[in-house]
Amino acid sequence: MGKNQSLMKLSKVSKVFLKGSVDEVTALDNVMLDVGAEDFITVIGSNGAGKTTLLNVISGVYPPEKGGKITINGQDVTRLSEHKRARYVSRVYQNPHTGTAAKMTIEENLSLAILRGQSRGLRIASNKKCRELFRSVLAPLGLGLEDRLSAMVGTLSGGQRQALALIMATISKPSLLLLDEHVATLDPKTNRIVLELSEMIVQKEKMTTIMVTHNMKHALRYGNRLTMMHKGKIIVDIHQKKKSDLSVNDLIVAFEHASGERFADDSIMLRNTDS
Amino acid sequence: MDYVINLLSVSLYEGLAYGFVTLGVYITFRVLAFPDLTVDGSFPLGGAVAATLIVGGVNPWLATLVAFIAGICAGLATSLLNTKLRINALLAGILMMVSLYSINLAIMGRSNVSVLREVTVFKQTAQLFGIEPTTTLSIIFMVVLAIVILGILNWFLRTEIGLALRATGDNGQMVRGLGVSTDTTTIIGVSLSNGLVALAGGLIAQKQGFSDVGMGIGMIVMGLASVIIGERLFRPRGVTTILFAVIGGSLVYRLFLGIALRLGLPPNNLKLITALLVIIALAIPYIQKKVRGEWMPPAARM
Repeated sequence: MGKNQSLMKLSKVSKVFLKGSVDEVTALDNVMLDVGAEDFITVIGSNGAGKTTLLNVISGVYPPEKGGKITINGQDVTRLSEHKRARYVSRVYQNPHTGTAAKMTIEENLSLAILRGQSRGLRIASNKKCRELFRSVLAPLGLGLEDRLSAMVGTLSGGQRQALALIMATISKPSLLLLDEHVATLDPKTNRIVLELSEMIVQKEKMTTIMVTHNMKHALRYGNRLTMMHKGKIIVDIHQKKKSDLSVNDLIVAFEHASGERFADDSIMLRNTDS
Repeated sequence: MDYVINLLSVSLYEGLAYGFVTLGVYITFRVLAFPDLTVDGSFPLGGAVAATLIVGGVNPWLATLVAFIAGICAGLATSLLNTKLRINALLAGILMMVSLYSINLAIMGRSNVSVLREVTVFKQTAQLFGIEPTTTLSIIFMVVLAIVILGILNWFLRTEIGLALRATGDNGQMVRGLGVSTDTTTIIGVSLSNGLVALAGGLIAQKQGFSDVGMGIGMIVMGLASVIIGERLFRPRGVTTILFAVIGGSLVYRLFLGIALRLGLPPNNLKLITALLVIIALAIPYIQKKVRGEWMPPAARM
């Protein structure tokens, strides 16, 4: 637990798919996690470890199994549907297409995002004041998007779209930001730009963040806390002090120690070669 | 010359009236990406409600308004089947379309109701200005109504709710992630769409002098044809131009239809020709890619 007070608590959160069939999969197995306010937690783990399921349960795509409980700022949100939970939790997806609407303009996308979790009425969605705000949040990206408010989002590159998705996820300052392998599909250069933008925004807004990644170096470089998932459990949870001294090899040792298995995930090893 | 003027004026009038059907089809198919087939039932529903009420002595304006509301209810039923009972959108529309056939017969008590001798909105407007109910008057009537409805839609699609509606068809996952229930936006959109379609049905019934239970057959294909013509011809960009292009598509479609009929096309072949038009328009992108040797994914089944 960090020095800060708790922002989100997961207690006994499990998720079983295809329950009762021969293909039954336990994607989350009694996960306990206490996320402190302003924590920036990185989550690593191999394919099928439960990382995305964890984010889906936190953002309310589906509820956990009976007995599991999720509280945010002390409020029980376990049974709250995805769109109701959006007030507290926002998410940037792996695919830039998931977080933005292609056939709408940058301005329209941001107008939708600025009302996150609020009730919507029959007011015209955007005005001069909004446009000024949008320009001011887009300008620091250095991508020139602030001069292209009326451009269709479908005409932007993947990196530009993901940067916009990041702005859309953070513009209304949600309690919790979920980054779901959000740079995995970008080329190495754009990848680094978007990651640095993410860190900049998270630090500036003091946003509590959970970042899922396949890249161990990213997991080590960013955030104040590192967790590793395996077979639906969080098997490693390392806090700030210890984290800064860690290397990739230390992580592999920690994994082998915690899981009792030899570390043999080629995809994680291979990904260490990029940035 | 009279011949041409007559052709143009009828196309203008009908193009605007059926333009409301086209707007409805545009809202479901394009804005919401919800292929709604309720249209074939909600169009005659509007006619049935308006005609039956007018024959019963109700003020034609009120009767037309009730027709609009009846269409909203039909759309509401379809969207509830889809969002609350999770029935596939196409199937939900077909179920409502079939149900409406019986409902429309029940409303009218028989397969058609005449309003030829009744006071319609057109006759009442003429009376109001102390003139004869001519075609010119009904054109002016429709132009005014079209401007009002386009104005309202143009405003609505720019509001906070309207924006969420448009994003629903574009990226529903994102909309939910931003805190809007896509169930709600779907219900609003499909209801509004069928309200417009039923309004058109009510107006057409009053203009042609009767409501018939079969008057909705092929309405969805006609609406789609008009939307496609509008999009291909005017290449719109942005909400306002899209709305005008959709109405424009309906006008062009009616004009072509009028010309074809006058050149001796048997009216019985109309629906076949319209269907062929839509098939060609939908197949062109695939054929173009095939010619260029590009790959295209198989068509969706559901």
